[in-house]
Amino acid sequence: MSNFFKETDIDTSQAEAIVTETLKNCDDGELYLENHKSESIVLDDNKIKSSTYNSDQGYGFRAVTGEVVAYSHSNDISKESLRKSSDNLKDTLKSKKGTYNHEIPKTNSKYYENINPIESKTFDSKIDLLKSVNNYLRSKGSIVNQVTANFLGEHKSIEIIRSDNQILKDDRPLVRFNVSVVLEKDGKKETGVYGVGGRQSYDDYLKDGSWKDVCDEAFRIANVNLESKPAPAGEMKVVLGPGWPAILIHEAIGHGLEGDFNRKKTSAFHSLMGQQVASEGVTIVDDGTLHQRRGSLTIDDEGTPTENTVLIENGILKNYMQDRLNARLMGTKSTGSGRRESYKHVVLPRMRNTMMLSGKYSQDEMISSVDKGIFAVSFGGGQVDITSGKFVFNCTEAYEINNGKIGSPIKGATLIGDGPSILKEVSLVGNDMKLDPGIGTCGKAGQGVPVGVAQPSILINKMTVGGTKL
Amino acid sequence: MIRDQEFLKDIASYCIENSKKLGATDVGVKVIHSVSENVSFRNKKLDESNRADSFAVNLTTYIEKKKSSINSSDLSKSNLEKLIERCIDATKITPSDENNSLPDKDLMSKEIRDLNLYDETHYPNDKKIEFLKKVEETASTDEKIVNTEAGFTENKNNFILANSNGFLGGYKTSNFSSSCVAVSRINGAMERDYEFGSTRFLEDMMEPEEIGKIAADKAIKKLGPKKIKSERIGVIFDKRISKGTLSTLASAISASAIARGTSFLKDQINSEVFPNSINIIDDPKIEKGLGSQNFDSEGVETNSLKLVENGILKNYLIDTYYGKKLNLKSNGRSGGTTNLYFENGTLSFKDLLNSEKKFLYITETIGHGGNIITGDYSVGASGFMVEDGELTYPVSEITIAGNFKEMFKNITLANDLEMKYSTNAPTLLINQMTVAGK
Repeated sequence: MSNFFKETDIDTSQAEAIVTETLKNCDDGELYLENHKSESIVLDDNKIKSSTYNSDQGYGFRAVTGEVVAYSHSNDISKESLRKSSDNLKDTLKSKKGTYNHEIPKTNSKYYENINPIESKTFDSKIDLLKSVNNYLRSKGSIVNQVTANFLGEHKSIEIIRSDNQILKDDRPLVRFNVSVVLEKDGKKETGVYGVGGRQSYDDYLKDGSWKDVCDEAFRIANVNLESKPAPAGEMKVVLGPGWPAILIHEAIGHGLEGDFNRKKTSAFHSLMGQQVASEGVTIVDDGTLHQRRGSLTIDDEGTPTENTVLIENGILKNYMQDRLNARLMGTKSTGSGRRESYKHVVLPRMRNTMMLSGKYSQDEMISSVDKGIFAVSFGGGQVDITSGKFVFNCTEAYEINNGKIGSPIKGATLIGDGPSILKEVSLVGNDMKLDPGIGTCGKAGQGVPVGVAQPSILINKMTVGGTKL
Repeated sequence: MIRDQEFLKDIASYCIENSKKLGATDVGVKVIHSVSENVSFRNKKLDESNRADSFAVNLTTYIEKKKSSINSSDLSKSNLEKLIERCIDATKITPSDENNSLPDKDLMSKEIRDLNLYDETHYPNDKKIEFLKKVEETASTDEKIVNTEAGFTENKNNFILANSNGFLGGYKTSNFSSSCVAVSRINGAMERDYEFGSTRFLEDMMEPEEIGKIAADKAIKKLGPKKIKSERIGVIFDKRISKGTLSTLASAISASAIARGTSFLKDQINSEVFPNSINIIDDPKIEKGLGSQNFDSEGVETNSLKLVENGILKNYLIDTYYGKKLNLKSNGRSGGTTNLYFENGTLSFKDLLNSEKKFLYITETIGHGGNIITGDYSVGASGFMVEDGELTYPVSEITIAGNFKEMFKNITLANDLEMKYSTNAPTLLINQMTVAGK
């Protein structure tokens, strides 16, 4: 039984009948129903700047035959609306004939609890904590110029009704807690940002005063940046710290290994399956099964259970990430990577938690091997052109390395590289793999989905650093 | 079919009345309905059709100086009733902020002018398909083009904005957009480029052949790029990306960035920020304009503003909340700029390219490397080398870096402004930036 038809003029079996009838000549498709509650509470400039509660519900009806996707979505869950969508889908695919693929794997695993984080912490206590953050950071001295802190919490319930009356369900909690601080010293201003989150309740991340660690980290980054000098410009060696710098992996490799771009042959990786694309010792996976992680999913948005997909094993390209459509057209299986931002969006193959696994070297060995280069500890965001393979990411905390020693902090700079060749430049892989703190959102085709990354420290032989100092 | 004003007004009034009944002293509400139809093609075959029918209610309730908001897509009165209650409950326990309020009554928009923003023409999907066939036919003529994608979207929108001070206004808008992405290949290496058109009226849409041809030509020209040596050099920004400097300016002069002290242009009002030949205008009342509006997102009247006059920063972008913080009146920029543009420069495009022996001409940047607090800028880039006024070879995998304060002072504009987007700039030269390459 579905939970979505309670206050509507249609019941589960009538909806199932519409789905079956609409998809009878199609290869695939489903009715995806979603109820999404979210909140945002922001403290800024010593005030509670905003408190917003969002309630969104709707359906996305999809029919797929061959390469063609017909999609119709609406907030209006009613007989008339579903009929209209059904007509629309049938009209688009009227000249096509497919055979419905009923096969969908089952799972008993669950990677997070069905809790609603918005309701599991009182509004008052959230406001109080934000005020405490403000007071705590401002007590660090007059150097603190601005403090912003926010709670973002959500609970999403989804149901997928397939053509054979199968209903697949998932309930997904997600939270994020962010702190941003601006420091001012001698007329110079710099920012530090830090956050934590995942698929648990807020207090799992903030209890026992651990919110202070988040504040301290934001403060530390801003403080480092106050002492920063102009970044160098040109090609040099780069040591990346563990954890969040794995955005490099996400941008340089991850997007290029998504099934759609390879089926369409628009990815720089489309002809490299089975080939050496990285140094030996480099293994990269995309794992949707880590407990309570931001990028984890029990089932993806087509109902396929997620898995731990090996993308690159000891330098060899092994798998792409697939949704059902691209898997079918490429003669393979879905890897449980079919995701959508909401019922308003079509499914695309996407990353979950993308991780480079540990090697055997220590970070010290890497740094001491570099004569001239940079050590990048934290990043803002990144972007990639999957066709040319060129990708960038922005340092938010980085240092010079001179003669094997860490030197002064340097100003934020963009690093640019070439996806298919960058992993061949990875000469040392560290033994210190770390997950990011749970703050990533990945954008593709206008859709944002929560993701995670992880990596050990790595040494890259050659990358272009986009500073101002020649 | 797009729902009419009466339907939206009814919901807006319901929200205001119920909020007041439950104890709100002030209320602001927006109700929106939009219908969008998109068709996309890939390699001359239908790839996707997508129909979207969306409602939204955005409600903000005030109890004196306390404020809270809700958003919902479910317009049923039973759902709204529950959400309004939740909103009021949250408002009661949210701390007061003396700057929270509805806009001053005398600043509100009084009349709605027809700015020609709505074309009721429906372009059926089979017409869209015909259009896209022509786009891709033209885009794929050259054998170096190995992949094409094209899309056509039609969007109709209607909204009502209302508040408990008696303001109530709204109108329909429409948008037609079409795009083409072409992928070119030579010796196993690929490049992609694109073209798109976006208009209020269907009749103003670019010809499909033109969209396809531009995308393909651009993708082919990018083939075989070189990475250049790191150097200091004059950088010319193509019109597609020169408008980015205006978006940066807009963020830096928003009242929120100024009031919070987080802008590299703080305290620069009435100072010279650009060369004295530069004028920057934000005009909301352009007929058929993609950024045109009668009033801002709070209902405040918006009029044309000279943001920069003869190089001098003249105005911030002010909404009610941050206006109060700065002791300034809202100038109708809650929600940002409208149709923002540089007035044309004096040099022709050709003369600009010839003004030095050598330039780097940038057609695309990637990454988000602008810092509004410090003005530091560093992004990935690709484009062409210009030697003796000619584009000689494509360049990629480089970065360009500088600081906006310095970059703004070193801008020279060409005279080739076109109103293609809501923010528009002519081709623009920044004298001396750091390019990092080999």
